Amino acid sequence: MKLTGAEILCETLTRLGVRHIFGYPGGAILPVYDALGKSKLHHILVRHEQGATHMADGYARATGGVGVALATSGPGATNMVTGIATAMLDSSPVVCITGQVSSKLLGSDAFQEVDITGITMPITKYNVVVSRAEDIARTVREAFLIANSGRPGPVLVDITKDAQQATADFDWDACAPKLPPKRVRKNHDQVEFDRAVELLNSAKRPVILSGRGIILSGAMPVFEKFVHTSNIPVAMTLLGIGCFPAQDPMNLGMMGMHGEAWVNTAIQEADLLIAVGMRFDDRVTGDLRTYARNARKIHIEVDRSEINKNVKVDAAIVGDAGETLASLLPHIHTRDHNAWLSHIKELKGDSAVRDIQSLPDSGHLFAAHVINDLWKATKGNAIVVTDVGQHQMWEAQYYHHNEPRTLITSGGLGTMGFALPAAIGAKFAKPDAEVWVVVGDGGFQMTSCELATIVQEKININIAIINNGYLGMVRQWQEFFYDKRYVATPLVAPDFAALANAHGIRGEQVTTRKEVVPAIESARQSDQAVLLDFRVEQEDSVYPMVPAGASLHEMIRRPNNPLVETATEP
Amino acid sequence: MQTIVAYVENKPGVLNRVASLARRLAINIDSLTVGPTENEEIARMTICAHTDERGALRLEASLEKLVDVLLAENISDRSVLERDLALIKVAADQQNRPHLMELIKVFRGRVVDVAPESLIVEVSGTVDKIDGLLEVLRPYGVLEMTRTGRIAMTRGNDILRPPAEATGAAVKSPAA
Repeated sequence: MKLTGAEILCETLTRLGVRHIFGYPGGAILPVYDALGKSKLHHILVRHEQGATHMADGYARATGGVGVALATSGPGATNMVTGIATAMLDSSPVVCITGQVSSKLLGSDAFQEVDITGITMPITKYNVVVSRAEDIARTVREAFLIANSGRPGPVLVDITKDAQQATADFDWDACAPKLPPKRVRKNHDQVEFDRAVELLNSAKRPVILSGRGIILSGAMPVFEKFVHTSNIPVAMTLLGIGCFPAQDPMNLGMMGMHGEAWVNTAIQEADLLIAVGMRFDDRVTGDLRTYARNARKIHIEVDRSEINKNVKVDAAIVGDAGETLASLLPHIHTRDHNAWLSHIKELKGDSAVRDIQSLPDSGHLFAAHVINDLWKATKGNAIVVTDVGQHQMWEAQYYHHNEPRTLITSGGLGTMGFALPAAIGAKFAKPDAEVWVVVGDGGFQMTSCELATIVQEKININIAIINNGYLGMVRQWQEFFYDKRYVATPLVAPDFAALANAHGIRGEQVTTRKEVVPAIESARQSDQAVLLDFRVEQEDSVYPMVPAGASLHEMIRRPNNPLVETATEP
Repeated sequence: MQTIVAYVENKPGVLNRVASLARRLAINIDSLTVGPTENEEIARMTICAHTDERGALRLEASLEKLVDVLLAENISDRSVLERDLALIKVAADQQNRPHLMELIKVFRGRVVDVAPESLIVEVSGTVDKIDGLLEVLRPYGVLEMTRTGRIAMTRGNDILRPPAEATGAAVKSPAA
């Protein structure tokens, strides 16, 4: 069958199971758009290519499948860079397809020419230029395979305009992926495995550190079994949230910079850490020299280059989280850790200020209230997509996720502007799910142009802006570490409700505690997108906090009397 | 100094990926040689880098993550044969030429070109040996020099071969 390169691309994507593409047209990708019009693929027109990559990323994170973004050459491609880096840092399977100037113009500084494979080399798992129509199908199939195998990540395929226009034979069977013959390393090192088993069966104060690798591996059932068989409590990274039910008593919660005090203290007092599908990020460990000094460490990780990168471990098992946990399970003895577990429970003590929502209404609106009320109203069943900053940490603390892929957030790169587009992607991936954007007034303004995309695509997602008039997390650092010199953090914003209205989206401002639940409920009842602008306390801070570079146990704790400090006038 | 041997796909851009990776890890490459193998689709690299064992481990593991790198192995602590090749143009006149040629012979170098006022020496061997020859030639006036950088091979039964078969199909896909 003879097809043009552009038609081959659409046909290949269709056969790979793609239904949605997030993109923005332009000269060098026009042949593909022409072919898209004749295909069954649903193209979502974004307002900025960064949005397209975040949407594809949100799509991928919501399902585990590959998300696809499309852009033209030059500025279209460079606008994708932040989204690609975001996907790279969080191991998200995204395939970006960009148009490129015709192959005979390559290197001539032609109009809208940019070396996008050169630019994205360090932030993609793989990237490639295709300049012949007959190479498109195989290359795109390889891109999908690479993006979603091993440790997933973004792949960029740059297709020259002449390759899109030329015709070639299309034979699905003849264009099967043909990846280079890599060495297959023997993952199962018996010595390391035996040492891990021995450590697991002799520890007195063990803690499991769980990360996104468990979700990517689909290992939730075997992980749950592992936790209950070994009787070891679980701490999680931000991206690990959802890999183990929040309601399970063995779940300690999030660790690290804004982890609860008892979680970080337990880690510092532990005699064994079992890290599964996480990479000891600096936001998780604090100062490495004082990190869990008394603990032996086991690292279960699919990416060999993560072993001993930040933290030297005593036993490393390179492999898929689910497969590794399953192979360990038969060797694990169920041990009585009651003394340790009750010690951790004691640590919780007063610092468990989880009941913040039951504090009396002081006339002030706190972000934690809003998020906790959102959790209760949605019964914890919504997909929550957050941006980056204070609201992101409060979400992690006050919205309790029992299911994987229900918290979508930019962890590694910390990309402001992620939430709104990523939520649009998640909604396309899970059209029946209730999707909430939780975003700050700063991050929202970075990508608020995508409100128009919501309207054009008639999708129903709800937006909760945690509006404190500051770049809140930076303001908090200035408060703690720069003597309250609030340089460049006070933030003027438009009337967000009016902005929503201007787009044809219902917008509502919420200023008091008693309005929160009715506003959330009315947004939930609506069959259209609703934007809620929560005017929260301006100079509230996220506690506890481990200052950057400090030891994990050196936390700035919640003020002693939260009633005074957090809920009433100081 | 750490030595890593890598088999890579012999195609454009791969050298860039390898060099770019070292840069990203803030590892300074001392020398990098690349050439085809008996299989024209596969090239072999010898990478010598200023880093410690931990850095080499990271470089090795990160290299092997690159799609186009088939195998990467740190051979620094193995029994290794290594060679560097140099061409050195030295100032030489009728008077000191015989003496120079004696010196070159001691280092098992070869004079491959003689001109009225200079000669070119070809010498191969370990880095130390070539550095040693350079040291004694310097007083005569080294006019020009070029070195290939090290190539290395493990000795005896310690054989590093590129993987033979494609493994693409065996890669586990986590997609549900």
